[in-house]
Amino acid sequence: MKVLFFAALREQLQCDALELQATTVAALRQQLRQRWPQHADLLSAEQALVAINQVLNHDEQQSLNDADEVAFFPPMTGG
Amino acid sequence: MDSIQVQRQDFNLAEEYHALSRDPQAGAIALFVGQVRDMNLGSDVQALELEHYPGMTERSLQHIVNTAHQRWQLTSVRVIHRYGYLNLGEQIVLVGVSSVHRQSAFDACQFIMDWLKTDAPFWKKEHTRDGQRWLEAKACDQQARDKWLDSHE
Repeated sequence: MKVLFFAALREQLQCDALELQATTVAALRQQLRQRWPQHADLLSAEQALVAINQVLNHDEQQSLNDADEVAFFPPMTGG
Repeated sequence: MDSIQVQRQDFNLAEEYHALSRDPQAGAIALFVGQVRDMNLGSDVQALELEHYPGMTERSLQHIVNTAHQRWQLTSVRVIHRYGYLNLGEQIVLVGVSSVHRQSAFDACQFIMDWLKTDAPFWKKEHTRDGQRWLEAKACDQQARDKWLDSHE
């Protein structure tokens, strides 16, 4: 699946997009924390919101499939 | 007719007002404009950089506007949010609402702004004399959003 990062998170990870496989949001977060242990806090559910196919998701057990677009980002600050 | 625009270029308030006012049903028009201000957290802001998530941005704004339509009887809604590099004093966002009476225009305009702040994927980075920094979301913005969940006027 396509995994995207935005704003401060994108800059900290120095990465804007990745291809990964995971069955749930929680499992995907775990993979990301293993990939970037130094940024584990930034990738936690408290600090990084997640959108699945461009809709905000609040269920860490939500299942994912390969066709999904999953994005992680800090809380929004527009307006 | 509603309009939702996510764009780099500036917008013209008079044109937006004209579009809202030409419907004969519209007895009330409320317009809000947000612009880049000079001070935040005690330092001089010289410019803002606005990042967004193309696709999700339009989708979330449409969802917010649909929610407003379900809640109030509105004639039309116009939302413009800019992205990219914005200098001091430049316009960032416009929310315009027309309706038959003033209360629904005022309320819907505020509702859309409150929800846009927390639900539309935009992020601001400030350029100050001391360097650059990403803004952090404020608890009061989440409270402003959530207050609409308890009250159903």
